[in-house]
Amino acid sequence: MAADAPIVKFSSLQKRYGGGPVILENISLSVAAGDFITFIGPSGCGKSTILKLVSGLSPWTQGELAVAGLKPRQARDRQAFIFQDATLLPWLTAQQNAELPLRLRGRPAAERAARARAMLELVGLGQVGSYFPRQLSGGMKMRVSIARALTLSPQLLLLDEPFGALDEMTRNRLNEELLALRAASPFTAMFVTHSVSEAVFLSNRIVVMAGGPGRVHAEVGVDFGYPRRPELRERAEFQAKVNEVSRRLHEVEEPVVA
Amino acid sequence: MRKLPPLMLWLLPAASGLLFVALWYVIRSTSGLQSWILPTPAEIVAAAWKERAALAAAAGQTAVGALAGFLLAGALGFLMAVALGVSRALRASLYPWLLVLQMTPVIVLTPIIVLWAGPGLPGIVTITWLISFFPIVANTTQGLLSTDMNLVALFRMCNASRGQEMRLLRVPAALPYYLAGLRIAATLAPIGAIFGEYMVGNAAGGTGGLGFLVYRYNTQIKIPALFATALTSCLLGFIFVAAVAWLNRALLYKWHDSFERHDH
Repeated sequence: MAADAPIVKFSSLQKRYGGGPVILENISLSVAAGDFITFIGPSGCGKSTILKLVSGLSPWTQGELAVAGLKPRQARDRQAFIFQDATLLPWLTAQQNAELPLRLRGRPAAERAARARAMLELVGLGQVGSYFPRQLSGGMKMRVSIARALTLSPQLLLLDEPFGALDEMTRNRLNEELLALRAASPFTAMFVTHSVSEAVFLSNRIVVMAGGPGRVHAEVGVDFGYPRRPELRERAEFQAKVNEVSRRLHEVEEPVVA
Repeated sequence: MRKLPPLMLWLLPAASGLLFVALWYVIRSTSGLQSWILPTPAEIVAAAWKERAALAAAAGQTAVGALAGFLLAGALGFLMAVALGVSRALRASLYPWLLVLQMTPVIVLTPIIVLWAGPGLPGIVTITWLISFFPIVANTTQGLLSTDMNLVALFRMCNASRGQEMRLLRVPAALPYYLAGLRIAATLAPIGAIFGEYMVGNAAGGTGGLGFLVYRYNTQIKIPALFATALTSCLLGFIFVAAVAWLNRALLYKWHDSFERHDH
């Protein structure tokens, strides 16, 4: 695939549940291979729905959506999804959880064990493969979830507020680790968050969405380049970018009635 | 909720039990009731000792019927729940009739069961199965249908087949529900077997079991022995419940939140 061919392309897309309200209206957007694109916006603006559409979990009502030139369901082999909570099977160990996608694809036991172990080591969990999710902290569970997604070497990683439930220190660290993992095995990322600073630290593109119905309000480019160091967060231009995104976000948020 | 120290978990029921026995003696001595209407706990224990051979043999026989009916309900209940969990159409067509079956008093069905399954063990097992089947089906179906939607989405994302989704996700997720159903069935199975023996065993001309002892002691007005039979039935029920509790622990201890350990 040419580097400039979009990996995900929305054309005038509309999503509506049954006869209910329109969730997304007139979304036109191209995600290029290598992009780290983040969707941010008020609750209910449909940003998570965008990821569900791309993963083929949910149909749309009008317009077009192509993933690597295919229908979303046909492109599932190229993508992996990371949920808001770690979504681990509690009766499986960390190692068995990481193996699950390969197991569902019928890969041989030895291959999937080796691959899952390598991914767990990559996220710093080489020692806890035999632990059950209950025995792991929130951050460790999320690392297992990331390792599980990476076992498939996805071209496209969909992340739906993956770090929303974690404390800020753990969240910052996982942000840094996610970028390091991406440097090691490049993937395109579509990321949903409520945190402006997280969006600025991770992304090269930020899509600010408005609600009722969900639509693209503005796009903000973040041209800090990669790799990014934790110190980036302390720089003035980082803060300026955070302010810029916050300002765009304030334009679409419901005014608070005093 | 604050946890009770382990010692208290033994001391408290022992204390309330002693209090109950004391109250029993007070009622007996103040009411003027005679032994054959309200025997004292000591008289019941004495009767149990005197009838120990008959009680033990009967309990053994009841255990066989109860266990057979329980295992049958456990196996068929699981299969039925999976069938109901797989297909919405099957659920809609079968569930109301399962409810109807559950609503029909077993006592009404007993003569029909004797007619069809025959008196003795086959009838007793059928009655035990009938009485313990529904809680297993209802619980397990509930479990199969309340799987975390994100986990289901994860399986769909990986293009998992329906079979994989059932085998690797829904069934393990429903395991705690299935075990809860088994726990209810474990309390019901001995009751079902004893009821069956009382009704069907008698029809067979009295082949034994605790249910038949109830019938015999009642006609002989051996009231302390009747209480002793009740005590033996309780004991049998406890063994069933304890066995399921052991299974529950063996299967869930490592991963389920109900066995949260505090050493981490």
